Amino acid sequence: MRFTIQKAVSHPGIFTQRIRRQWSRDVTIILFLLPSVALFFLFVVYPVIQAAHYSVYRWNGLGSLADYIGFKNYQALFQDPIFLQAIKNNILIAVLSLLLQLPAALLLALLINRKMPGRTFFRTVFFLPYVLAPVVTGLIWSFIYNPSNGLVADLLRQFNPGATPPAFLADTRTVLYAIFVAICWQYFGFHFVLYVAGLQNIPAELIEAARIDGASSRQATFYVTLPLLGSTIRLSVFLSILGSLQYFDLIYVMSNGGPVNASETMATYQINYGLQRFALGYGSAVGVIMFVLCFAFALLYQRVIMRQDLSGRPAL
Amino acid sequence: MQVAIKRQWSWLPAFAVCCVVATIILIPLIATFSGGLRTNGELLTAPFSIPRTLHWENFGRVLAAGSPFWGEIINSLLTVVGTVALLLTVACPAAFVLARISFRGREVIFNFFLFGLLFPLTVAVLPLYITIRSLGLLDSLWGIILPQVAFALPTTILILRNFFRAIPIELEDAATIDGASRPVFFWRVLLPLARPAMSVVSILAVVSSWNNFLLPLLVLTDQSQWTLPLGATQFQQQYATDWASVLAFITLAMLPAILIYLIAERQIVAGLTAGAVKG
Repeated sequence: MRFTIQKAVSHPGIFTQRIRRQWSRDVTIILFLLPSVALFFLFVVYPVIQAAHYSVYRWNGLGSLADYIGFKNYQALFQDPIFLQAIKNNILIAVLSLLLQLPAALLLALLINRKMPGRTFFRTVFFLPYVLAPVVTGLIWSFIYNPSNGLVADLLRQFNPGATPPAFLADTRTVLYAIFVAICWQYFGFHFVLYVAGLQNIPAELIEAARIDGASSRQATFYVTLPLLGSTIRLSVFLSILGSLQYFDLIYVMSNGGPVNASETMATYQINYGLQRFALGYGSAVGVIMFVLCFAFALLYQRVIMRQDLSGRPAL
Repeated sequence: MQVAIKRQWSWLPAFAVCCVVATIILIPLIATFSGGLRTNGELLTAPFSIPRTLHWENFGRVLAAGSPFWGEIINSLLTVVGTVALLLTVACPAAFVLARISFRGREVIFNFFLFGLLFPLTVAVLPLYITIRSLGLLDSLWGIILPQVAFALPTTILILRNFFRAIPIELEDAATIDGASRPVFFWRVLLPLARPAMSVVSILAVVSSWNNFLLPLLVLTDQSQWTLPLGATQFQQQYATDWASVLAFITLAMLPAILIYLIAERQIVAGLTAGAVKG
């Protein structure tokens, strides 16, 4: 230590050089980070904070925030059967996804994880809908469900000519399930691709070893492959639930929450009852509830279920 | 012998299942395209037979001069170009600093960005709308581009940072010895090496910008600024009885996305899985 100080003093050039280098490092850090941090703060973090702020006011979006009403917006929300229905719909979509969409994606990934003709073609096709705009998917499926010229109506007419074709999107009992089919069509490919990537990381020797030890191919799948795929499955469940809480585009196009609010989700409710009715405080409260639900779920899930997958990574 | 044959054909059931699923995926797309080639009368009587004469005039009507399609596709393209250019400009330097310079608070800033992975736009879209309005960016494509860049930052920085980290320190030492400062090293050495990672994040941004709907719906009320997804819904509402034209419009609107996907499938898949797994 003494030595370096002496050296630095006796060679003032090195000292100033080091300061200059330190200074140029700090300037680089600041100049390089600032634009990103500023944009991220202004358009992502600040709105989230503002949502909490607006949500305790009655505010039409114009004029100043004057009408402070405390938690009345939240009270009103939890007393509104339409909003409760919206939450229920979000949960129903999440549950259906877990029960149908993800197992189907997993099964297909397992099927395709072997030598067979057309593998790349199938992979390309399965993932294709995911890159389409949800709006486009919504329009396509509106056409397919259309009672006068849609595919479903036409198919039913083939079997039962003369019957009035059902209007799935106009019936409160079927609308959400009809939308769910479109959701699966668009999103299962994403989970499929996650599983395929996960499967490729499992060394083939492990499966071979199990087979040599006398395991049937089903046993090898259940006792070797699936446990090793655990972290991927847990991740895909996580992303699926998080996504289910936020559907907007597809539903907006196919039913806009109707008929009679049967397919309302939190996101469509936020727009239909917040923005469209100039109740921005009220709408922001919906945003805050979504935020809290997502955050609580993410925290809980990562702490409890994904704990073993995240070791070595800073926790949120 | 029999075992060999059995083994040789053991993929058949899996193949059959995949064929069925592929058909289910493709039928809506084919029906949309072929629906655009019919008259509305044909759509009513036999929407899914093979069309006898191809009515390209539906496509002609969508593409005719004076149709809103052209303006909308140009707006969509401008938004995509602006988003990708700005995203790379701000995210590359940030990812570089977060990857290769150690300083106090680095992990805090990085986690601050990672936090954004959890919350897509939907959650705070109303206050975001107010923010955009108070910046005077309503009915401007910048009102779409800037938030899109902000929301793309977490994934982008994550992917780029991982890439920058993997570049050996010896390279930086060599550059330093040759007298290169950090910014010079970044610009002359790192960025040219990072082209694959940059193409991955660019393509992801292209796809999500091209498909974005909620933000344009709120921000762009002036029809001359509309992007394609907005135009598609409007077109469908306006021509609700003319499904043939609507289907032609939808086909044309999704064609660029499909083309990009077929060209860059590898990058898209790699980017999405990397973003998801590491997040």
